[in-house]
Amino acid sequence: MNLHAIAAIYLFEMARTGRTLLQSVVSPVLSTALYFVVFGSAIGSRMAEVEGVSYGAFLVPGLIMLSLLTQSISNASFAIYFPKFVGTIFEHLSAPVSGFEITFSYVAAAATKSLILGLIILATSWFFVPVRIDHPGFMVLFLVLTCVTFSLFGFIIGIWADGFEKLQIVPLLVVTPLTFLGGSFYSIDMLPPFWRSVSLLNPVLYLVSGFRWSFYGLADVGVGLSLAMTAAFLLLDIAVVAWIFRTGYRLKK
Amino acid sequence: MSPAISIRDLSKTYESGFQALRSVTLDIAPGEIFALLGSNGAGKTTLIGIACGILNASSGTVAIEGHDTVSDYRAARSRVGLVPQELTTDAFETVWATVSFSRGLFGRPRNPALIERVLRDLSLWDKRDAKILTLSGGMKRRVLIAKALSHEPTILFLDEPTAGVDVELRRDMWRLVRDLRERGVTVVLTTHYIEEAEEMADRVGVIRGGELILVEEKTRLMHRLGGKKLTLQLQEPLREVPAGLASERLSLSADGRELVYSYDAQAERPGITRLLDGLLAAGIGFADLRTEQSTLEDIFVAVVHGDDAR
Ligand SMILES: Nc1ncnc2c1ncn2[C@@H]1O[C@H](COP(=O)(O)OP(=O)(O)OP(=O)(O)O)[C@@H](O)[C@H]1O
Ligand SMILES: [Mg+2]
Repeated sequence: MNLHAIAAIYLFEMARTGRTLLQSVVSPVLSTALYFVVFGSAIGSRMAEVEGVSYGAFLVPGLIMLSLLTQSISNASFAIYFPKFVGTIFEHLSAPVSGFEITFSYVAAAATKSLILGLIILATSWFFVPVRIDHPGFMVLFLVLTCVTFSLFGFIIGIWADGFEKLQIVPLLVVTPLTFLGGSFYSIDMLPPFWRSVSLLNPVLYLVSGFRWSFYGLADVGVGLSLAMTAAFLLLDIAVVAWIFRTGYRLKK
Repeated sequence: MSPAISIRDLSKTYESGFQALRSVTLDIAPGEIFALLGSNGAGKTTLIGIACGILNASSGTVAIEGHDTVSDYRAARSRVGLVPQELTTDAFETVWATVSFSRGLFGRPRNPALIERVLRDLSLWDKRDAKILTLSGGMKRRVLIAKALSHEPTILFLDEPTAGVDVELRRDMWRLVRDLRERGVTVVLTTHYIEEAEEMADRVGVIRGGELILVEEKTRLMHRLGGKKLTLQLQEPLREVPAGLASERLSLSADGRELVYSYDAQAERPGITRLLDGLLAAGIGFADLRTEQSTLEDIFVAVVHGDDAR
């Protein structure tokens, strides 16, 4: 195991994060704050409580998930796409590092960044709404699992993408709709039965549901199922990455 | 001694279907300076890319100090430094950070003293805290060299290290290669400046259309293919070479004003005396004379463009 290489890539990525701190932390925090103002305060005051939790507080887990998903994907995909784009990837390919080590360090860096971001958003939300965390252990578990899973997903997108449009297209056309329709802003109990069933096909629903359960004990689906779905997605990511490095797909000509 | 680099039947066909390498076989000895020559698109960068693990070979193998570059890639790659042809560097990192990063990436523990020495050797010390995007092209190339040397490779690939650099940096580069040779580092370099190969290389390989068409020690090559030429400027133009002197070595220029005699300076009897005696006897006077040594460049042009090499 080339631990020096893992440390080098991880620290390189964290230094890059440090340089772009403003855009990587301020903008998600700002947009989350706006969500709270608009949905939590303006609209939320007219909304009923959801099973005893104020609508503003109900929103918190979903909003954190929304940011985690989009940020993890964009951080990790950009981190690996950029060296490919400018050509500096040659150094990684010529170094005595395995695919696992490269993936691990990039994903760890992207996940760290998202994790920090998630915690900052959580702290921000405390200023706006009464947040309560019933199961802190599970909360952290879901947080970490989501960051890792979607950083890995982003890493795959970054390798697959051969242009900046492709880098944007998956987050924009797939992830954002899935998050919005995945119960970030509502409980699927609020939906008519047909749409409720359709929602169950949405993987993001399981994440949001499990995460929200760790806060308020409210869940659309069982927490075990939530964990299982997240783990399944993580395993799928790992399988795809393993295949990429075995075949050199899009990395080596 | 086992070779530093051992290339066996290496072929490469790109996805486009273009075959860039055709069954190249080559051994490079430890400590050797090997110059790979070839026109644009001959396959030099492709060969280096495969040896360094950036490209996949279509068939054939490369071993670095006995370690296969695919099955034993860690051992192979940790010995190799690569300075790529293109100036691909990070932009926002400092020189110090990017060179230290390379060392870590190649699995070496931190060693600020060594990084300092590398940067000083390459006259980059003053620029250590500068962001790379603020550097000139020549400095960026030095940064790439520093990155490649940061992990103390025993084999260094220099892909056109002197493309687009000024005379001073070029001399620096030559000095660097000599220093590396003294430290026992094996160097493979590609270049279009043949005087460079002449200056630095122990052996020369010529690649054409993906085929290695010639590998030979530089001195022997120059000896074998590089003769000398004696040019005599005649006082009166001649219509043909005088009968008594006619030989395949002697030719007359189109305007009849110059006689050109090709000979081998190392030969026991170059035949110059006999030629001059003959001219005297025939009453042919000459106004001036000069001799030329053919350079590696002449040889290269002859090999790459001549059909006899095939
Ligand atoms: N990714 C690629 N896909 C298809 N063909 C390629 C690719 N890369 C290189 N080639 C072709 O392979 C051949 C060899 O290219 P290579 O870069 O090895 O040449 P070179 O000898 O380094 O040339 P130069 O002196 O210009 O650097 C060229 O004809 C080039 O067009
Ligand atoms: Mg080249």
